Amino acid sequence: MWNYIKLAVLGVVVVLAGLAANYGRDLGYQIHALIFMAAAAVTFIYTLRDTGEVHVKPTGYLDGPVRFGVIATAGWGVVGFLVGTFIAFQLAFPQLNFEFLHGYGNFGRLRPLHTSAVIFAFGGNALIASSFYVVQRTSAARLWGGNLAWFVFWGYNLFIVLAATGYLLGVTQSKEYAEPEWYVDIWLTIVWVSYLAVFLGTILIRKEKHIYVANWFYLSFIVTIAMLHIVNNLSIPVSIFGSKSVQLFSGVQDAMTQWWYGHNAVGFFLTAGFLGMMYYFVPKQAERPVFSYKLSIIHFWALIFLYIWAGPHHLHYTALPDWASTLGMVFSIVLWMPSWGGMINGLMTLSGAWDKLRTDPVIRMMVISIGFYGMSTFEGPMMSIRAVNSLSHYTDWTIGHVHSGALGWNGMITFGVLYFLVPKLWNKQRLYSLSLVSWHFWLATIGIVLYAASMWVTGIMEGLMWREVDSQGFLVNAFADTVAAKHPMYVVRAMGGVLFLLGSLIMVYNLWMTVRRAPAIADAAAMVPAE
Amino acid sequence: MNYHIFREIADSWVLLAMFAFFVTAILWAFRPGSSKKYKDIANIPFRHENAPSDNEESQS
Repeated sequence: MWNYIKLAVLGVVVVLAGLAANYGRDLGYQIHALIFMAAAAVTFIYTLRDTGEVHVKPTGYLDGPVRFGVIATAGWGVVGFLVGTFIAFQLAFPQLNFEFLHGYGNFGRLRPLHTSAVIFAFGGNALIASSFYVVQRTSAARLWGGNLAWFVFWGYNLFIVLAATGYLLGVTQSKEYAEPEWYVDIWLTIVWVSYLAVFLGTILIRKEKHIYVANWFYLSFIVTIAMLHIVNNLSIPVSIFGSKSVQLFSGVQDAMTQWWYGHNAVGFFLTAGFLGMMYYFVPKQAERPVFSYKLSIIHFWALIFLYIWAGPHHLHYTALPDWASTLGMVFSIVLWMPSWGGMINGLMTLSGAWDKLRTDPVIRMMVISIGFYGMSTFEGPMMSIRAVNSLSHYTDWTIGHVHSGALGWNGMITFGVLYFLVPKLWNKQRLYSLSLVSWHFWLATIGIVLYAASMWVTGIMEGLMWREVDSQGFLVNAFADTVAAKHPMYVVRAMGGVLFLLGSLIMVYNLWMTVRRAPAIADAAAMVPAE
Repeated sequence: MNYHIFREIADSWVLLAMFAFFVTAILWAFRPGSSKKYKDIANIPFRHENAPSDNEESQS
């Protein structure tokens, strides 16, 4: 019966999407309507073929979406790193903004593609997949909601495709990290609420009495992102058949809402969610429980109570009232403490097992990611101080800071998690090659060091050049002078990107060969996921 | 409800309530007997790696 309802709904969606494609007012909207139509049609056929089949009630963990999520994470990761490296070269060599790609492949169009591909496609898939894996194991229960977890995976990746094609076609509301237009936002809201339902449902049917701390972090990430996404995307479409919309807020209110969203996307997407990963996978890989569970609880409450206030530090010296900018600055500095508490907790989990660093490159990857977490959560509060910000803001220092956090912390912990998950999910004794993991580790680390170091130099340099005045009070440097002076550092940065990309390609090869070639676990019966 | 009233409430009672909740949550972590309980919880990741628990409400 349920399948017939699904078929009816999908049929209606196909027709409506076709209508929307026909009446669409702009090319981007029409292409998106066709993508929607294709997705609904494929789902329709899939559901139709499944209708009437008798299914046994499945038991065991639902790991299918996790497996697909791992593949999507690795795939989107490579795409995101590739686009990032290319736009780094575009900045160093503007000729790479090819004439024939104008309007689609120039820096302005590719930059949001890069940021969304790495944050939302690579990071988001890693978060969804790992959270599904962790919540089942720590709740000792199968994912709640049957196939809803599959909907979350495919729905989220449909969102990614819509967002990515939209950027290239110019469908954007030009809010940083929240570029997708109104109908893509609505679609993500539906997917995200389903995600919350699956996650929370699993916690509610758990067999363990307590909710393990990793789930607290994942849950705060899911709930907060839902709130941020809805408030920051309050807009009115100009036409139901067009992609353009108008924001509800305007002026400084809009700016503050945007950076309340923007900074908490960092705080809850890239920090709280990934800390959930840390609190499960670092103990698992180190084979010992977390250093202090008490500290992890304090870490959790302090982090979520403080992060939400830190956004105004993105708007120092603007129309934002002074009190708001001071509030953001103070909370950013206070935030340093819980961040380092969490870092210490993660690192000290290895106490008594530090020798593993020598033998296990996967734990090395996790440890360096926690190290980068500590480094960027010190750098961030420092840059939020108004006096420092007057030098660092609008310079490449900010970009360097973001990348030491994103490549170092988010990237490295995700690589560690992928290396942990693939043998487990495909029932293998071990990874295909540990020395390839070491290669990945060193390439990625050197890449990040090149990136961060060159951005510090160029950022501080251009900050100083911008403020340099002569004895008469005239500015010494034209803007173009700073651009010319930055060229060598831009080349170094792009080389760092090449190394990081190379490392990720080695990882993909290694994971692929693990699935294909690594020896399977002999006693398969215990491990086969029931589906 | 205009901005002024909103701001007034946020600066007083809401601030107090949030701060009180935060302090309580921290103190709660230090309640007597918590260390023993946390030791057990910290080992949750090592229990049901391969299959869900069969028995209802099983806690070790």
